Amino acid sequence: METVEINLEEQFQARIDADVRIEPKDWMPDAYRKTLIRQISQHAHSELVGMLPEGNWITRAPSLKRKSILLAKVQDEAGHGLYLYSAAETLGASRDQMLADLHSGKAKYSSIFNYPTLSWADMGCVGWLVDGAAILNQVPLCRTSYGPYARAMVRVCKEESFHQRQGFEIMQTLCEGTPVQKEMAQEALNRWWWPTLMMFGPKDADSPNTAQSMNWRIKRFTNDELRQKFVDMMVPQAEFLGLTVPDPNVKWNQTKNGYDFGEVDWEEFWNVVKGNGMCNKDRLGARIKAHEEGAWVREAALAHAAKRKQREQQEKSAAA
Amino acid sequence: MNQAEWPLWEVFIRSKQGLDHKHVGSLHAADATMAIQNARDVYTRRMEGVSIWVVESVHVHASNPDDSAAFFDPANDKVYRHPTFYEVPDSIKHM
Repeated sequence: METVEINLEEQFQARIDADVRIEPKDWMPDAYRKTLIRQISQHAHSELVGMLPEGNWITRAPSLKRKSILLAKVQDEAGHGLYLYSAAETLGASRDQMLADLHSGKAKYSSIFNYPTLSWADMGCVGWLVDGAAILNQVPLCRTSYGPYARAMVRVCKEESFHQRQGFEIMQTLCEGTPVQKEMAQEALNRWWWPTLMMFGPKDADSPNTAQSMNWRIKRFTNDELRQKFVDMMVPQAEFLGLTVPDPNVKWNQTKNGYDFGEVDWEEFWNVVKGNGMCNKDRLGARIKAHEEGAWVREAALAHAAKRKQREQQEKSAAA
Repeated sequence: MNQAEWPLWEVFIRSKQGLDHKHVGSLHAADATMAIQNARDVYTRRMEGVSIWVVESVHVHASNPDDSAAFFDPANDKVYRHPTFYEVPDSIKHM
C-alpha cells in the first residue's frame, strides 16, 4: 500500500510541476487539501468580515454617488466571500462548519479588519491601500494550482480593481480639497500604512508554511516579495497625492531597484492575530449577531421550500 | 449548528444570446427560485449574463478522474478524425 501512496504523491507533484491544475475529484495529499481549506476559508472569512468596517460608513457617505459606490463595493465583498466559500466546499469543507470556526475564533481572517475606520478618508485608504495590497496577493492566486480557487480569484480580481480605483479617487478628491480635508487624508494614511504592510503576513524567515505552499504552487511569491512590490507601487502614488508615507526609512535604493523601508512592528501584528486588536471583539460580535439574527430567515426559507414542494406533489397526484 | 444547510446548487450562465450556458460556480439556496435569484445577485452584478440555469449539485453525475486515462483512451489513437491527418496537394484550393 505504501508504495502506491508514494507513487500517487509523486504523480501529483509531477502534475503540479507541469502546471496542470488540480480539480476537486482528483487525488491530492491530505496536507494539500488541509492547507487549501485553511487558506481559502480564511480568505473567505476576510471578505465577509471586510464588509464590516465599510458598512460602518454607508449611512454617512458624503454624497449619494459615494453611497451607491460603497454599497456596490460591500456587495462585491459578500460575493467574493461566496465564491471562496464555494471553492472551499469543493474540497469537502462544509459551509456551516467554516462559519462555526470563524465565530468560535478557531479560524482567522485578515488582521487588517481589526482596525477601526474613523473618518471618511479611511474609506479611501481601505480601497487604495488595503484593496491594493489584496490585489497584489490575489493576482498570482489566479494561477494557483487548485482549479476552483484559481477560477474564483479570476472573478475576484476583475471586480477588485474597481475597489482600488474608487479608493484612490476618494483620496485624490480629499487631497485636492481644503487643507483640513488633505490633513484628514494624511492622518488616515498614517494609521493604515503599517497595518497594510502587515497584510502580507510574517517575514519569510518566520513563515514556516511558505516553502511547502510554493512547492505546491498554491503561493507564487513569498510574503516579503509581495511586501516589497507593494511599497514600490505605493510610495510614488502617495507622492502623487502629495502625501507622506509614515516611515522615515523609506528611501529609493538604486542597487535593488526598489525602496528600502523600515521594520514592521511585529509585536503589534502578532497581538492583533491573537485577538487583541482594537476591533477584534467588535467585528466577531457583529458577525455572530448578524448570523444569529438571520437564523429565522434561513429556517423559514427551508420550511417554505418544503411546503411548496409538498403542495406541488399534492397537485400532481390530484391531477393524475 | 443543528440546523440543516440549504442545499448546494451549480450555476450556469449564458453570457449572451448565441453562446452556451457555462458553469460559473455554486451557491446555497432553499429552492430553485431562490437559487436563480441568488445566482443573479452573485454572478451577474455586471451584466455577465442573459440567462441562468441552476441544478442541484446532488443531481450532477461525473466521470471519475482516476479512470480518465482508460475512459478517454478510445479517442486517443484516432488522429484520422482530424482534418490535419490528411495531406492535400498544394494545388488543390478550397478544401
